[in-house]
Amino acid sequence: MVAAGIDIGSTGTKAVLFDGEIRASIVVPTGWDPKAAGLEAFRQALDCAGIAEGDVHSIVGTGYGRVSLPIFDRKVTEITCHARGAHFLYPETRSVIDIGGQDSKVISVDEHGRVAEFAMNDKCAAGTGRFLQVMAGVLDVSLEQLGQLAVGATPAQISSMCAVFAESEVIGLLARGADKGSIAAGIFHSIAGRIQGLAGKVTLSHRVTFSGGVALNRELCSAIGASLGVDMWVPHAPQMVGALGAAIMGFEA
Amino acid sequence: MREICASFDEIAGLRERNAIALKVAKDRGRKVVGTYCLFSPVELIVAAGAIPVSLCGTSATPIPAAEKVLPRSLCPLIKSSYGFALTDTCPFFHFSDLLLAETTCDGKKKMYELLGRMKPLHLMQLPQVQDEAALEYWVLELKRLIRRLEQAFDVKITPEKLAAAVLLLNEERRSLKALQDLLKRKPAPISGMDLLTVLHNRGFTVDKREAIGLIDRLTAELTGLSDNGFSPFTTRTPRILLTGVPVGIGSEKVVRLVEELGGSVVCFESCGAYKKVDPVLPGNDLLRSIAEKYLRVPCSCMSPNTGRLQLLEKLVQEFQADGVIDLTWQGCHTYNVESFTVKRHLQETAQVPFLQIETDYSESDTEQLKVRIEAFLEVIGTRRGGRP
Repeated sequence: MVAAGIDIGSTGTKAVLFDGEIRASIVVPTGWDPKAAGLEAFRQALDCAGIAEGDVHSIVGTGYGRVSLPIFDRKVTEITCHARGAHFLYPETRSVIDIGGQDSKVISVDEHGRVAEFAMNDKCAAGTGRFLQVMAGVLDVSLEQLGQLAVGATPAQISSMCAVFAESEVIGLLARGADKGSIAAGIFHSIAGRIQGLAGKVTLSHRVTFSGGVALNRELCSAIGASLGVDMWVPHAPQMVGALGAAIMGFEA
Repeated sequence: MREICASFDEIAGLRERNAIALKVAKDRGRKVVGTYCLFSPVELIVAAGAIPVSLCGTSATPIPAAEKVLPRSLCPLIKSSYGFALTDTCPFFHFSDLLLAETTCDGKKKMYELLGRMKPLHLMQLPQVQDEAALEYWVLELKRLIRRLEQAFDVKITPEKLAAAVLLLNEERRSLKALQDLLKRKPAPISGMDLLTVLHNRGFTVDKREAIGLIDRLTAELTGLSDNGFSPFTTRTPRILLTGVPVGIGSEKVVRLVEELGGSVVCFESCGAYKKVDPVLPGNDLLRSIAEKYLRVPCSCMSPNTGRLQLLEKLVQEFQADGVIDLTWQGCHTYNVESFTVKRHLQETAQVPFLQIETDYSESDTEQLKVRIEAFLEVIGTRRGGRP
């Protein structure tokens, strides 16, 4: 019995094969064709685990692209999937912060990994992976470099939550001679503030898991942890948590 | 539903037919008063022999025109209402001899000042507390409206006419309540989208007696269908109670999404729906009874607004709601802030899952709303013992 979870996000498409344990874990860029990305991630995961497609008894889709694949036996939102995946990795977790490419969510989870309540960002990109990408673009660095730059720097004040306004704010800071390190730290600081606001809308426990691709950024993790006053579990592959949750749900169905 | 229920078809076409009926009535010398809000004491308009009509304000179409004047961040309901007037695309506005407005919120209040330049407008100063002193004041405001109507239309509003109007409007409320109470059945015999269509179109009726008859016929037909086991839903369909801002056709996005994603909106605790069915109670002083009825409307402009919490608690039980969605429009401060209180109250009393959605009339956030609403329906599903 093997189940597949496929999470087609705005930036990355993730596939996990699960049979009680994680058998394969693959991420490919979503690009412009979510359907092709979903199939590609699935194929790579099968290759990686050495499992034939016919042996997969359940495929659960999640993420924005979940509507796009006819091979899905079931579609579940990423909110439910991240809760389930985080619960598998850290059974003690009672809150999940998930920051993906397009949106950020704070989810409170019960002892069975079920969603109790959740809050999600409104229509703008504030505090999301997209926001980070835009900011890295302005500083002309990669996302990894953005993290390194911020190490030990005093955060510059970035007050705007809107990606477009924050962009002009950062350009203004650069023009006034601020260094990239403090700007990078300021960017993380502003995202942390945004997540803090979102976290206020649900019951936040101190047993928090941070999932989603943005959690790969260690500097941002510590900025968010500090602003919430909690230590967070950060999985070594946080972007896989949703696909993992989807696969677990397929496995248990 | 549409194929098997004749009354539904008739009601779905009401809005267009009524625009024509209104013109005919106007040509015969009838006066028309356009209203925007549930606080408008329609009894006085009817007693003055005029036709009360709801004005348009639930479509995104005229919003760009309104934004030439109004701030973009304003509530879409206000922008839409103003846009319809500005572009003269609402036949009911066009045929109105007088606009009736109330100071429910800051945005509307200031927008009405601009509307008053286009048409004669009577603004009622609505108290925003529901105590005895407020009631005294509100009675005076009703008297001021009576004088305005009498002068404008050269009529006399007699106690007899007022009593007849109260009877008629209470009858209308009875018929609307009976229709909505049908959705207490499990599964609901009609979708929330269809119910909304009926309630929305009915608001534009010219002949109230005819509309009451139509609603009663629809209720009877639906009762028959439901007795025979017909429903667009199953007993497993998550039952959603929608509360918050007014919603109508054109601003039905969230209702549509809930039902597309597998839920059923069984109750609208909003101005055009359940808040509207509260009758004028009999009393020695009829005008005072009317004033009491309108002042107890549990709108978020009231402070405090405990009536809404009590009504919600009651409706969640009566309609066996599995979840409550609090719909708030962007820029509607009173409903947006009150959402916190509503959530806390429902957590303490009804223990029912709660989701606040802040949006506008545009489709720009549809994908995000789908994630939220679908996840909310999943929460309801797992609460019933489904696997997480």
